[in-house]
Amino acid sequence: MTDSSKTLRRGPISRLGGWVRGTIGGLGFFTRFFLALLGRSGTALRRPRLVSQQIHFIGNYSLLIIAVSGMFVGFVLGLQGYYTLRRYGSEESLGLLVALSLVRELGPVVTALLFAGRAGTSLTAEIGLMKAGEQLSAMEVMAVDPMRRVLVPRLWGGIIAMPVLAAVFSMVGIMGGWVVGVVLIGVDAGAFWSQMQGGVDVWSDVANGVVKSVVFGITVTLVALYEGWQARPTPEGVARATTRTVVVGSLAVLALDFLLTALMFGN
Amino acid sequence: MSPSTAFPFMHDVPANQSDAALQFDDVSLGYGEFTVLSGITMTVAPGQVVAVMGGSGSGKTTMLRAATGQLIARSGTVRAFGQNIAQATPAQLQTLRKRMGVLFQQGALFTDLNVFENVAFPLREHTTLDEAEIVSRVLDKLQAVGLRAAAHLRVAEISGGMARRVALARAVVLEPELILYDEPFAGLDPISMGITARLIRDLADRLKCASVLITHDVQESFSIADQVYLVGQGRQAAAGTPEQLNASQDPYVRQFLDGAPDGPVAFHYPETPAFARWLARQEGTKP
Repeated sequence: MTDSSKTLRRGPISRLGGWVRGTIGGLGFFTRFFLALLGRSGTALRRPRLVSQQIHFIGNYSLLIIAVSGMFVGFVLGLQGYYTLRRYGSEESLGLLVALSLVRELGPVVTALLFAGRAGTSLTAEIGLMKAGEQLSAMEVMAVDPMRRVLVPRLWGGIIAMPVLAAVFSMVGIMGGWVVGVVLIGVDAGAFWSQMQGGVDVWSDVANGVVKSVVFGITVTLVALYEGWQARPTPEGVARATTRTVVVGSLAVLALDFLLTALMFGN
Repeated sequence: MSPSTAFPFMHDVPANQSDAALQFDDVSLGYGEFTVLSGITMTVAPGQVVAVMGGSGSGKTTMLRAATGQLIARSGTVRAFGQNIAQATPAQLQTLRKRMGVLFQQGALFTDLNVFENVAFPLREHTTLDEAEIVSRVLDKLQAVGLRAAAHLRVAEISGGMARRVALARAVVLEPELILYDEPFAGLDPISMGITARLIRDLADRLKCASVLITHDVQESFSIADQVYLVGQGRQAAAGTPEQLNASQDPYVRQFLDGAPDGPVAFHYPETPAFARWLARQEGTKP
Protein backbone atom coordinates (compact mmCIF):
# COMPACT_ATOMS: atom_id res chain seq x y z
CA MET A 1 0.00 0.00 0.00
CA THR A 2 1.40 3.41 -0.95
CA ASP A 3 1.66 6.35 1.42
CA SER A 4 -0.93 8.34 -0.58
CA SER A 5 -3.51 5.56 -0.26
CA LYS A 6 -2.91 5.46 3.50
CA THR A 7 -3.59 9.21 3.68
CA LEU A 8 -6.79 8.76 1.65
CA ARG A 9 -7.93 5.96 3.95
CA ARG A 10 -7.70 8.25 6.94
CA GLY A 11 -9.33 11.23 5.21
CA PRO A 12 -12.77 12.56 6.16
CA ILE A 13 -14.33 11.62 2.82
CA SER A 14 -13.04 8.10 3.17
CA ARG A 15 -14.36 7.92 6.73
CA LEU A 16 -17.76 9.22 5.58
CA GLY A 17 -17.80 6.65 2.80
CA GLY A 18 -16.96 3.93 5.30
CA TRP A 19 -19.75 5.09 7.61
CA VAL A 20 -22.30 5.15 4.76
CA ARG A 21 -21.24 1.69 3.61
CA GLY A 22 -21.36 0.38 7.16
CA THR A 23 -24.82 1.85 7.72
CA ILE A 24 -26.22 0.41 4.48
CA GLY A 25 -24.63 -2.94 5.27
CA GLY A 26 -26.14 -2.83 8.78
CA LEU A 27 -29.59 -2.07 7.33
CA GLY A 28 -29.16 -4.98 4.96
CA PHE A 29 -28.29 -7.35 7.82
CA PHE A 30 -31.22 -6.01 9.83
CA THR A 31 -33.63 -6.58 6.93
CA ARG A 32 -32.33 -10.10 6.33
CA PHE A 33 -32.67 -10.79 10.06
CA PHE A 34 -36.30 -9.60 9.98
CA LEU A 35 -37.06 -11.71 6.89
CA ALA A 36 -35.37 -14.74 8.48
CA LEU A 37 -37.62 -14.39 11.54
CA LEU A 38 -40.74 -13.91 9.42
CA GLY A 39 -39.83 -16.98 7.40
CA ARG A 40 -39.63 -19.05 10.59
CA SER A 41 -42.81 -17.65 12.12
CA GLY A 42 -44.76 -20.86 11.55
CA THR A 43 -43.40 -21.91 14.96
CA ALA A 44 -45.54 -19.22 16.58
CA LEU A 45 -48.66 -20.92 15.22
CA ARG A 46 -47.54 -24.50 15.84
CA ARG A 47 -46.36 -23.85 19.41
CA PRO A 48 -48.57 -21.06 20.80
CA ARG A 49 -47.45 -21.88 24.37
CA LEU A 50 -43.99 -20.48 23.60
CA VAL A 51 -45.59 -17.21 22.44
CA SER A 52 -47.97 -16.99 25.39
CA GLN A 53 -45.02 -17.42 27.78
CA GLN A 54 -43.34 -14.46 26.12
CA ILE A 55 -46.51 -12.35 26.16
CA HIS A 56 -46.61 -12.99 29.90
CA PHE A 57 -42.91 -12.22 30.33
CA ILE A 58 -42.85 -9.14 28.11
CA GLY A 59 -46.36 -7.82 28.71
CA ASN A 60 -47.24 -8.71 32.26
CA TYR A 61 -43.96 -7.53 33.74
CA SER A 62 -44.27 -4.18 31.88
CA LEU A 63 -47.85 -3.65 33.04
CA LEU A 64 -47.10 -1.78 36.26
CA ILE A 65 -44.72 0.79 34.76
CA ILE A 66 -47.10 1.32 31.82
CA ALA A 67 -50.16 1.80 34.06
CA VAL A 68 -48.42 4.15 36.50
CA SER A 69 -46.92 6.22 33.67
CA GLY A 70 -50.30 6.35 31.92
CA MET A 71 -51.93 7.64 35.09
CA PHE A 72 -49.43 10.49 35.53
CA VAL A 73 -49.56 11.42 31.84
CA GLY A 74 -53.37 11.53 32.18
CA PHE A 75 -53.08 13.78 35.26
CA VAL A 76 -50.82 16.21 33.40
CA LEU A 77 -53.04 16.19 30.29
CA GLY A 78 -56.07 16.93 32.49
CA LEU A 79 -54.35 19.90 34.12
CA GLN A 80 -52.67 21.38 31.04
CA GLY A 81 -55.73 20.74 28.90
CA TYR A 82 -58.01 22.45 31.39
CA TYR A 83 -55.75 25.56 31.69
CA THR A 84 -55.54 25.92 27.91
CA LEU A 85 -59.20 25.21 27.12
CA ARG A 86 -60.40 27.59 29.87
CA ARG A 87 -58.91 30.51 27.90
CA TYR A 88 -61.40 29.78 25.11
CA GLY A 89 -64.25 28.81 27.42
CA SER A 90 -64.35 25.24 26.17
CA GLU A 91 -63.48 23.25 29.28
CA GLU A 92 -66.19 20.73 28.34
CA SER A 93 -63.94 19.55 25.52
CA LEU A 94 -61.37 18.35 28.04
CA GLY A 95 -62.45 14.69 27.66
CA LEU A 96 -62.05 14.89 23.88
CA LEU A 97 -58.61 16.50 24.16
CA VAL A 98 -57.36 13.92 26.66
CA ALA A 99 -58.74 10.97 24.69
CA LEU A 100 -57.46 12.10 21.28
CA SER A 101 -54.00 12.97 22.67
CA LEU A 102 -53.70 9.55 24.27
CA VAL A 103 -55.28 7.35 21.61
CA ARG A 104 -53.62 8.99 18.63
CA GLU A 105 -50.17 9.89 19.97
CA LEU A 106 -49.16 9.54 23.59
CA GLY A 107 -50.54 6.05 24.14
CA PRO A 108 -48.58 4.33 21.36
CA VAL A 109 -45.47 6.56 21.54
CA VAL A 110 -44.90 6.74 25.31
CA THR A 111 -45.76 3.05 25.69
CA ALA A 112 -43.22 2.19 22.98
CA LEU A 113 -40.52 4.31 24.67
CA LEU A 114 -41.23 2.65 28.03
CA PHE A 115 -41.41 -0.73 26.29
CA ALA A 116 -37.94 -0.17 24.80
CA GLY A 117 -36.58 0.67 28.24
CA ARG A 118 -38.30 -2.13 30.14
CA ALA A 119 -38.90 -5.11 27.83
CA GLY A 120 -36.43 -4.22 25.04
CA THR A 121 -33.39 -4.06 27.29
CA SER A 122 -34.46 -7.24 29.02
CA LEU A 123 -34.74 -9.08 25.68
CA THR A 124 -31.37 -7.82 24.46
CA ALA A 125 -29.59 -8.75 27.68
CA GLU A 126 -31.25 -12.18 27.74
CA ILE A 127 -30.28 -13.04 24.14
CA GLY A 128 -26.78 -11.56 24.57
CA LEU A 129 -26.15 -13.56 27.75
CA MET A 130 -27.52 -16.71 26.12
CA LYS A 131 -24.98 -16.15 23.36
CA ALA A 132 -22.16 -15.51 25.83
CA GLY A 133 -23.08 -18.66 27.80
CA GLU A 134 -22.95 -20.82 24.62
CA GLN A 135 -26.68 -21.53 25.02
CA LEU A 136 -27.45 -20.61 21.42
CA SER A 137 -24.55 -22.75 20.15
CA ALA A 138 -25.77 -25.60 22.33
CA MET A 139 -29.20 -25.36 20.72
CA GLU A 140 -27.70 -25.36 17.26
CA VAL A 141 -25.67 -28.48 18.04
CA MET A 142 -28.83 -30.13 19.40
CA ALA A 143 -30.34 -29.60 15.92
CA VAL A 144 -32.66 -26.91 17.28
CA ASP A 145 -32.72 -23.65 15.32
CA PRO A 146 -32.22 -20.88 17.94
CA MET A 147 -33.92 -18.32 15.69
CA ARG A 148 -37.03 -20.47 15.51
CA ARG A 149 -37.00 -21.58 19.15
CA VAL A 150 -35.79 -18.43 20.95
CA LEU A 151 -36.29 -15.37 18.73
CA VAL A 152 -39.57 -16.02 16.91
CA PRO A 153 -41.69 -16.50 20.09
CA ARG A 154 -40.16 -13.34 21.57
CA LEU A 155 -40.85 -11.33 18.41
CA TRP A 156 -44.52 -12.37 18.34
CA GLY A 157 -44.80 -11.93 22.10
CA GLY A 158 -43.64 -8.32 21.68
CA ILE A 159 -45.87 -7.67 18.68
CA ILE A 160 -48.96 -8.90 20.55
CA ALA A 161 -48.10 -7.35 23.93
CA MET A 162 -47.36 -3.84 22.65
CA PRO A 163 -50.90 -2.84 21.42
CA VAL A 164 -52.43 -4.28 24.60
CA LEU A 165 -50.02 -2.25 26.74
CA ALA A 166 -50.74 0.88 24.66
CA ALA A 167 -54.48 0.33 25.19
CA VAL A 168 -53.93 -0.03 28.94
CA PHE A 169 -51.82 3.16 28.92
CA SER A 170 -54.57 5.10 27.11
CA MET A 171 -57.34 3.75 29.35
CA VAL A 172 -55.51 4.57 32.56
CA GLY A 173 -54.51 7.96 31.10
CA ILE A 174 -58.15 8.81 30.32
CA MET A 175 -59.08 7.85 33.87
CA GLY A 176 -56.25 10.09 35.13
CA GLY A 177 -57.58 12.99 33.03
CA TRP A 178 -61.07 12.35 34.42
CA VAL A 179 -59.80 12.35 38.03
CA VAL A 180 -58.04 15.70 37.60
CA GLY A 181 -60.58 17.37 35.29
CA VAL A 182 -63.89 16.12 36.68
CA VAL A 183 -63.21 15.01 40.27
CA LEU A 184 -60.63 17.61 41.35
CA ILE A 185 -61.30 20.67 39.13
CA GLY A 186 -65.05 20.19 38.61
CA VAL A 187 -65.50 19.97 34.85
CA ASP A 188 -68.97 18.62 34.03
CA ALA A 189 -68.79 14.81 33.90
CA GLY A 190 -71.50 14.51 31.26
CA ALA A 191 -69.76 16.95 28.95
CA PHE A 192 -66.40 15.22 29.57
CA TRP A 193 -67.68 11.80 28.45
CA SER A 194 -70.16 12.88 25.78
CA GLN A 195 -67.64 15.10 23.98
CA MET A 196 -65.22 12.19 24.03
CA GLN A 197 -67.86 9.78 22.73
CA GLY A 198 -68.89 12.13 19.95
CA GLY A 199 -65.39 13.22 18.88
CA VAL A 200 -63.35 10.04 18.92
CA ASP A 201 -63.74 7.98 15.77
CA VAL A 202 -63.19 4.24 16.01
CA TRP A 203 -61.42 3.97 12.65
CA SER A 204 -59.54 7.22 12.12
CA ASP A 205 -58.46 7.61 15.76
CA VAL A 206 -58.55 4.30 17.66
CA ALA A 207 -57.62 2.01 14.75
CA ASN A 208 -54.79 4.28 13.63
CA GLY A 209 -53.49 4.31 17.19
CA VAL A 210 -53.58 0.51 17.22
CA VAL A 211 -51.73 0.38 13.89
CA LYS A 212 -49.08 2.69 15.32
CA SER A 213 -48.64 0.55 18.42
CA VAL A 214 -48.30 -2.63 16.30
CA VAL A 215 -45.64 -0.95 14.12
CA PHE A 216 -43.79 0.27 17.23
CA GLY A 217 -44.07 -3.19 18.78
CA ILE A 218 -42.46 -4.78 15.71
CA THR A 219 -39.75 -2.10 15.61
CA VAL A 220 -38.74 -2.14 19.27
CA THR A 221 -38.87 -5.93 19.63
CA LEU A 222 -36.94 -6.45 16.41
CA VAL A 223 -34.25 -3.93 17.39
CA ALA A 224 -33.94 -5.56 20.83
CA LEU A 225 -33.60 -9.07 19.38
CA TYR A 226 -31.18 -7.94 16.67
CA GLU A 227 -28.93 -6.15 19.14
CA GLY A 228 -28.89 -9.21 21.42
CA TRP A 229 -28.20 -11.53 18.50
CA GLN A 230 -25.34 -9.33 17.22
CA ALA A 231 -23.90 -8.55 20.66
CA ARG A 232 -20.29 -9.45 21.35
CA PRO A 233 -20.42 -12.36 23.82
CA THR A 234 -18.75 -10.44 26.65
CA PRO A 235 -20.16 -8.43 29.59
CA GLU A 236 -19.08 -5.21 27.85
CA GLY A 237 -20.61 -6.32 24.54
CA VAL A 238 -23.95 -7.12 26.17
CA ALA A 239 -23.93 -3.79 28.04
CA ARG A 240 -23.31 -1.88 24.80
CA ALA A 241 -26.01 -3.82 22.98
CA THR A 242 -28.51 -3.05 25.74
CA THR A 243 -27.75 0.66 25.49
CA ARG A 244 -28.09 0.56 21.70
CA THR A 245 -31.51 -1.04 22.05
CA VAL A 246 -32.82 1.94 24.01
CA VAL A 247 -31.17 4.56 21.77
CA VAL A 248 -31.96 2.98 18.39
CA GLY A 249 -35.40 1.73 19.47
CA SER A 250 -36.49 5.10 20.87
CA LEU A 251 -35.23 7.10 17.89
CA ALA A 252 -36.86 4.67 15.46
CA VAL A 253 -40.18 5.00 17.32
CA LEU A 254 -40.08 8.80 17.22
CA ALA A 255 -39.12 8.90 13.53
CA LEU A 256 -41.76 6.34 12.59
CA ASP A 257 -44.36 8.24 14.62
CA PHE A 258 -43.77 11.32 12.51
CA LEU A 259 -44.07 9.32 9.29
CA LEU A 260 -47.20 7.47 10.40
CA THR A 261 -48.87 10.63 11.70
CA ALA A 262 -48.22 12.36 8.39
CA LEU A 263 -49.65 9.39 6.50
CA MET A 264 -52.67 8.83 8.75
CA PHE A 265 -53.77 12.30 9.73
CA GLY A 266 -52.38 14.47 6.91
CA ASN A 267 -54.65 15.56 4.07
CA MET B 1 2.80 -40.90 5.31
CA SER B 2 -0.01 -43.19 6.42
CA PRO B 3 -1.50 -42.76 9.88
CA SER B 4 -0.23 -46.15 10.96
CA THR B 5 3.34 -45.13 10.04
CA ALA B 6 3.04 -41.82 11.82
CA PHE B 7 1.44 -43.30 14.91
CA PRO B 8 2.73 -46.78 15.53
CA PHE B 9 0.09 -47.53 18.19
CA MET B 10 -2.84 -46.97 15.82
CA HIS B 11 -3.78 -50.54 15.03
CA ASP B 12 -6.94 -50.71 17.10
CA VAL B 13 -9.31 -48.98 14.64
CA PRO B 14 -12.37 -50.87 13.42
CA ALA B 15 -11.81 -53.10 10.44
CA ASN B 16 -14.73 -51.59 8.53
CA GLN B 17 -14.14 -47.82 8.57
CA SER B 18 -17.60 -47.08 7.17
CA ASP B 19 -19.10 -48.42 10.44
CA ALA B 20 -17.34 -45.69 12.39
CA ALA B 21 -19.57 -43.17 14.16
CA LEU B 22 -16.94 -40.47 13.75
CA GLN B 23 -13.91 -40.39 11.53
CA PHE B 24 -11.21 -37.76 10.99
CA ASP B 25 -9.00 -38.42 7.99
CA ASP B 26 -5.85 -36.28 7.79
CA VAL B 27 -7.84 -33.27 8.95
CA SER B 28 -6.51 -29.74 9.26
CA LEU B 29 -8.48 -27.21 11.35
CA GLY B 30 -8.13 -23.49 12.02
CA TYR B 31 -9.72 -20.07 12.38
CA GLY B 32 -9.08 -17.26 9.87
CA GLU B 33 -5.48 -17.53 8.76
CA PHE B 34 -4.42 -19.42 11.89
CA THR B 35 -4.12 -23.21 11.67
CA VAL B 36 -4.77 -24.83 15.04
CA LEU B 37 -4.27 -28.50 14.21
CA SER B 38 -3.23 -30.48 11.16
CA GLY B 39 -2.77 -34.11 10.25
CA ILE B 40 -5.49 -35.39 12.59
CA THR B 41 -6.59 -38.95 11.89
CA MET B 42 -9.02 -40.55 14.31
CA THR B 43 -11.73 -43.19 14.23
CA VAL B 44 -14.43 -43.72 16.83
CA ALA B 45 -16.46 -46.90 16.54
CA PRO B 46 -19.83 -47.66 18.19
CA GLY B 47 -19.34 -48.77 21.79
CA GLN B 48 -15.85 -47.29 21.92
CA VAL B 49 -14.71 -44.57 24.37
CA VAL B 50 -12.00 -42.40 22.84
CA ALA B 51 -10.16 -39.77 24.85
CA VAL B 52 -8.66 -36.74 23.12
CA MET B 53 -6.04 -35.17 25.38
CA GLY B 54 -3.69 -32.25 25.15
CA GLY B 55 -2.62 -29.07 26.87
CA SER B 56 -4.75 -25.94 27.17
CA GLY B 57 -5.21 -24.25 23.80
CA SER B 58 -3.98 -27.31 21.92
CA GLY B 59 -7.16 -27.44 19.81
CA LYS B 60 -9.16 -30.21 21.50
CA THR B 61 -12.40 -28.20 21.54
CA THR B 62 -11.74 -27.20 17.93
CA MET B 63 -11.89 -30.91 17.07
CA LEU B 64 -15.25 -31.14 18.80
CA ARG B 65 -16.53 -28.17 16.78
CA ALA B 66 -15.41 -29.94 13.61
CA ALA B 67 -17.23 -33.11 14.67
CA THR B 68 -20.51 -31.21 15.14
CA GLY B 69 -20.18 -29.29 11.87
CA GLN B 70 -19.73 -25.92 13.56
CA LEU B 71 -16.31 -25.69 11.94
CA ILE B 72 -15.46 -27.05 8.50
CA ALA B 73 -12.08 -28.75 8.01
CA ARG B 74 -9.59 -26.87 5.85
CA SER B 75 -8.33 -30.09 4.41
CA GLY B 76 -9.01 -33.76 4.97
CA THR B 77 -12.41 -35.26 5.71
CA VAL B 78 -14.57 -35.36 8.82
CA ARG B 79 -17.26 -38.02 8.61
CA ALA B 80 -20.09 -38.57 11.07
CA PHE B 81 -21.99 -41.84 10.56
CA GLY B 82 -20.28 -42.14 7.18
CA GLN B 83 -21.48 -38.74 5.94
CA ASN B 84 -18.89 -36.14 4.96
CA ILE B 85 -19.83 -33.16 7.14
CA ALA B 86 -18.36 -30.60 4.73
CA GLN B 87 -20.70 -31.79 1.97
CA ALA B 88 -23.81 -32.16 4.13
CA THR B 89 -26.78 -29.92 3.36
CA PRO B 90 -28.27 -27.99 6.33
CA ALA B 91 -31.06 -30.58 6.54
CA GLN B 92 -28.57 -33.46 6.51
CA LEU B 93 -26.48 -31.71 9.17
CA GLN B 94 -29.60 -31.38 11.35
CA THR B 95 -30.27 -35.11 10.93
CA LEU B 96 -26.68 -35.94 11.90
CA ARG B 97 -26.84 -33.66 14.94
CA LYS B 98 -29.99 -35.39 16.15
CA ARG B 99 -27.90 -38.55 16.41
CA MET B 100 -25.27 -36.78 18.55
CA GLY B 101 -25.20 -35.59 22.15
CA VAL B 102 -22.78 -32.88 23.24
CA LEU B 103 -21.64 -31.92 26.71
CA PHE B 104 -20.32 -28.37 26.50
CA GLN B 105 -17.25 -27.16 28.37
CA GLN B 106 -19.29 -24.53 30.24
CA GLY B 107 -22.40 -26.69 30.53
CA ALA B 108 -24.43 -24.22 28.42
CA LEU B 109 -27.61 -24.85 30.42
CA PHE B 110 -30.61 -22.71 29.45
CA THR B 111 -30.89 -20.17 32.21
CA ASP B 112 -34.58 -19.47 31.61
CA LEU B 113 -35.47 -23.13 32.30
CA ASN B 114 -35.16 -25.14 35.50
CA VAL B 115 -33.07 -28.30 35.87
CA PHE B 116 -35.91 -30.61 34.80
CA GLU B 117 -36.81 -28.56 31.72
CA ASN B 118 -33.15 -28.35 30.67
CA VAL B 119 -32.88 -32.13 30.57
CA ALA B 120 -36.33 -32.45 29.00
CA PHE B 121 -35.46 -29.91 26.28
CA PRO B 122 -34.12 -32.38 23.64
CA LEU B 123 -37.08 -34.72 24.29
CA ARG B 124 -39.61 -31.93 23.84
CA GLU B 125 -37.91 -30.70 20.66
CA HIS B 126 -37.22 -34.01 18.94
CA THR B 127 -39.73 -36.56 20.19
CA THR B 128 -43.48 -36.91 20.53
CA LEU B 129 -43.35 -38.61 23.93
CA ASP B 130 -46.22 -37.83 26.28
CA GLU B 131 -45.62 -35.89 29.49
CA ALA B 132 -45.54 -39.00 31.72
CA GLU B 133 -42.82 -40.59 29.59
CA ILE B 134 -40.82 -37.38 29.54
CA VAL B 135 -41.02 -37.08 33.33
CA SER B 136 -39.96 -40.71 33.78
CA ARG B 137 -37.05 -40.47 31.34
CA VAL B 138 -35.76 -37.14 32.67
CA LEU B 139 -35.92 -38.25 36.31
CA ASP B 140 -34.14 -41.46 35.34
CA LYS B 141 -31.26 -39.51 33.79
CA LEU B 142 -31.14 -37.10 36.71
CA GLN B 143 -31.02 -40.09 39.04
CA ALA B 144 -28.01 -41.39 37.10
CA VAL B 145 -26.10 -38.15 37.77
CA GLY B 146 -27.34 -37.96 41.37
CA LEU B 147 -29.58 -34.93 40.90
CA ARG B 148 -33.12 -36.37 40.87
CA ALA B 149 -34.10 -34.27 43.87
CA ALA B 150 -32.71 -31.12 42.23
CA ALA B 151 -35.14 -31.34 39.28
CA HIS B 152 -37.22 -28.39 40.48
CA LEU B 153 -34.29 -26.01 41.06
CA ARG B 154 -33.47 -23.09 38.81
CA VAL B 155 -30.09 -23.12 37.05
CA ALA B 156 -28.98 -20.10 39.10
CA GLU B 157 -29.59 -22.10 42.29
CA ILE B 158 -27.20 -24.98 41.56
CA SER B 159 -23.41 -25.12 41.87
CA GLY B 160 -20.99 -25.27 38.93
CA GLY B 161 -20.35 -28.99 39.48
CA MET B 162 -24.09 -29.72 39.64
CA ALA B 163 -24.62 -27.70 36.45
CA ARG B 164 -22.09 -29.89 34.64
CA ARG B 165 -23.89 -33.02 35.83
CA VAL B 166 -27.23 -31.61 34.62
CA ALA B 167 -25.57 -30.83 31.28
CA LEU B 168 -24.34 -34.43 31.18
CA ALA B 169 -27.87 -35.72 31.80
CA ARG B 170 -29.13 -33.46 28.98
CA ALA B 171 -26.42 -34.68 26.59
CA VAL B 172 -27.39 -38.34 27.08
CA VAL B 173 -31.18 -38.07 27.52
CA LEU B 174 -31.90 -38.93 23.89
CA GLU B 175 -29.47 -41.86 24.18
CA PRO B 176 -27.60 -40.73 21.05
CA GLU B 177 -25.32 -42.86 18.92
CA LEU B 178 -22.37 -40.50 19.33
CA ILE B 179 -21.70 -38.49 22.49
CA LEU B 180 -19.06 -35.76 22.61
CA TYR B 181 -17.97 -34.76 26.09
CA ASP B 182 -15.97 -31.52 26.38
CA GLU B 183 -14.13 -31.63 29.72
CA PRO B 184 -16.66 -33.87 31.50
CA PHE B 185 -14.57 -34.03 34.68
CA ALA B 186 -13.77 -30.32 35.07
CA GLY B 187 -15.06 -28.81 38.29
CA LEU B 188 -16.29 -32.13 39.71
CA ASP B 189 -15.40 -33.43 43.16
CA PRO B 190 -13.64 -36.85 43.28
CA ILE B 191 -16.87 -38.76 44.02
CA SER B 192 -18.81 -37.13 41.16
CA MET B 193 -15.79 -37.59 38.89
CA GLY B 194 -15.67 -41.34 39.52
CA ILE B 195 -19.44 -41.71 39.05
CA THR B 196 -19.36 -39.64 35.84
CA ALA B 197 -16.52 -41.75 34.44
CA ARG B 198 -18.44 -44.95 35.20
CA LEU B 199 -21.61 -43.47 33.68
CA ILE B 200 -19.77 -42.65 30.43
CA ARG B 201 -18.34 -46.15 30.22
CA ASP B 202 -21.67 -47.73 31.10
CA LEU B 203 -23.52 -45.74 28.40
CA ALA B 204 -20.96 -46.81 25.80
CA ASP B 205 -21.23 -50.48 26.83
CA ARG B 206 -25.01 -50.57 27.28
CA LEU B 207 -26.17 -48.43 24.35
CA LYS B 208 -23.17 -49.14 22.13
CA CYS B 209 -22.80 -45.41 21.59
CA ALA B 210 -19.50 -43.99 20.44
CA SER B 211 -18.02 -41.58 23.00
CA VAL B 212 -15.37 -38.91 22.60
CA LEU B 213 -13.90 -37.38 25.76
CA ILE B 214 -12.07 -34.11 25.45
CA THR B 215 -10.16 -33.96 28.70
CA HIS B 216 -7.06 -33.11 30.70
CA ASP B 217 -7.71 -35.69 33.34
CA VAL B 218 -5.25 -38.52 32.72
CA GLN B 219 -6.30 -40.85 35.54
CA GLU B 220 -10.07 -40.90 34.99
CA SER B 221 -9.92 -40.94 31.20
CA PHE B 222 -7.28 -43.70 31.09
CA SER B 223 -9.48 -45.79 33.38
CA ILE B 224 -12.40 -45.84 30.89
CA ALA B 225 -10.94 -45.09 27.44
CA ASP B 226 -10.35 -47.72 24.78
CA GLN B 227 -8.21 -45.41 22.71
CA VAL B 228 -6.38 -42.19 23.53
CA TYR B 229 -5.29 -39.47 21.09
CA LEU B 230 -2.80 -36.90 22.29
CA VAL B 231 -2.73 -33.57 20.43
CA GLY B 232 -0.32 -30.69 20.84
CA GLN B 233 2.05 -28.36 19.02
CA GLY B 234 -0.44 -28.15 16.14
CA ARG B 235 -0.48 -31.87 15.36
CA GLN B 236 -1.53 -35.29 16.55
CA ALA B 237 1.35 -36.23 18.81
CA ALA B 238 0.45 -39.80 19.73
CA ALA B 239 -2.35 -42.33 19.67
CA GLY B 240 -2.90 -45.74 21.21
CA THR B 241 -4.50 -47.61 24.06
CA PRO B 242 -3.94 -46.26 27.57
CA GLU B 243 -1.47 -49.09 28.22
CA GLN B 244 0.49 -48.30 25.08
CA LEU B 245 0.69 -44.61 25.95
CA ASN B 246 1.73 -45.43 29.52
CA ALA B 247 4.55 -47.52 28.11
CA SER B 248 5.57 -44.85 25.60
CA GLN B 249 8.98 -43.19 25.92
CA ASP B 250 8.06 -40.38 23.53
CA PRO B 251 9.19 -37.13 25.27
CA TYR B 252 5.90 -35.31 24.58
CA VAL B 253 3.80 -38.23 25.86
CA ARG B 254 5.97 -38.62 28.95
CA GLN B 255 5.90 -34.89 29.77
CA PHE B 256 2.10 -34.76 29.42
CA LEU B 257 1.38 -37.95 31.38
CA ASP B 258 3.91 -37.18 34.13
CA GLY B 259 3.02 -33.47 34.30
CA ALA B 260 6.71 -32.59 34.05
CA PRO B 261 7.64 -28.89 33.76
CA ASP B 262 10.58 -29.63 31.46
CA GLY B 263 10.23 -31.22 28.04
CA PRO B 264 9.21 -30.43 24.49
CA VAL B 265 6.22 -28.38 25.66
CA ALA B 266 7.24 -24.98 27.01
CA PHE B 267 5.29 -23.85 30.06
CA HIS B 268 5.88 -20.18 29.29
CA TYR B 269 4.04 -18.48 26.43
CA PRO B 270 6.61 -17.56 23.78
CA GLU B 271 7.66 -13.91 23.51
CA THR B 272 6.56 -12.22 20.29
CA PRO B 273 7.66 -8.93 18.62
CA ALA B 274 4.26 -7.47 19.61
CA PHE B 275 4.98 -8.27 23.27
CA ALA B 276 8.48 -6.73 22.98
CA ARG B 277 6.98 -3.51 21.56
CA TRP B 278 4.32 -3.42 24.29
CA LEU B 279 6.94 -3.99 26.99
CA ALA B 280 9.14 -1.22 25.59
CA ARG B 281 6.18 1.17 25.68
CA GLN B 282 5.34 0.14 29.24
CA GLU B 283 8.91 0.65 30.39
CA GLY B 284 9.09 3.98 28.57
CA THR B 285 6.04 5.27 30.46
CA LYS B 286 7.33 4.35 33.93
CA PRO B 287 7.46 7.34 36.29
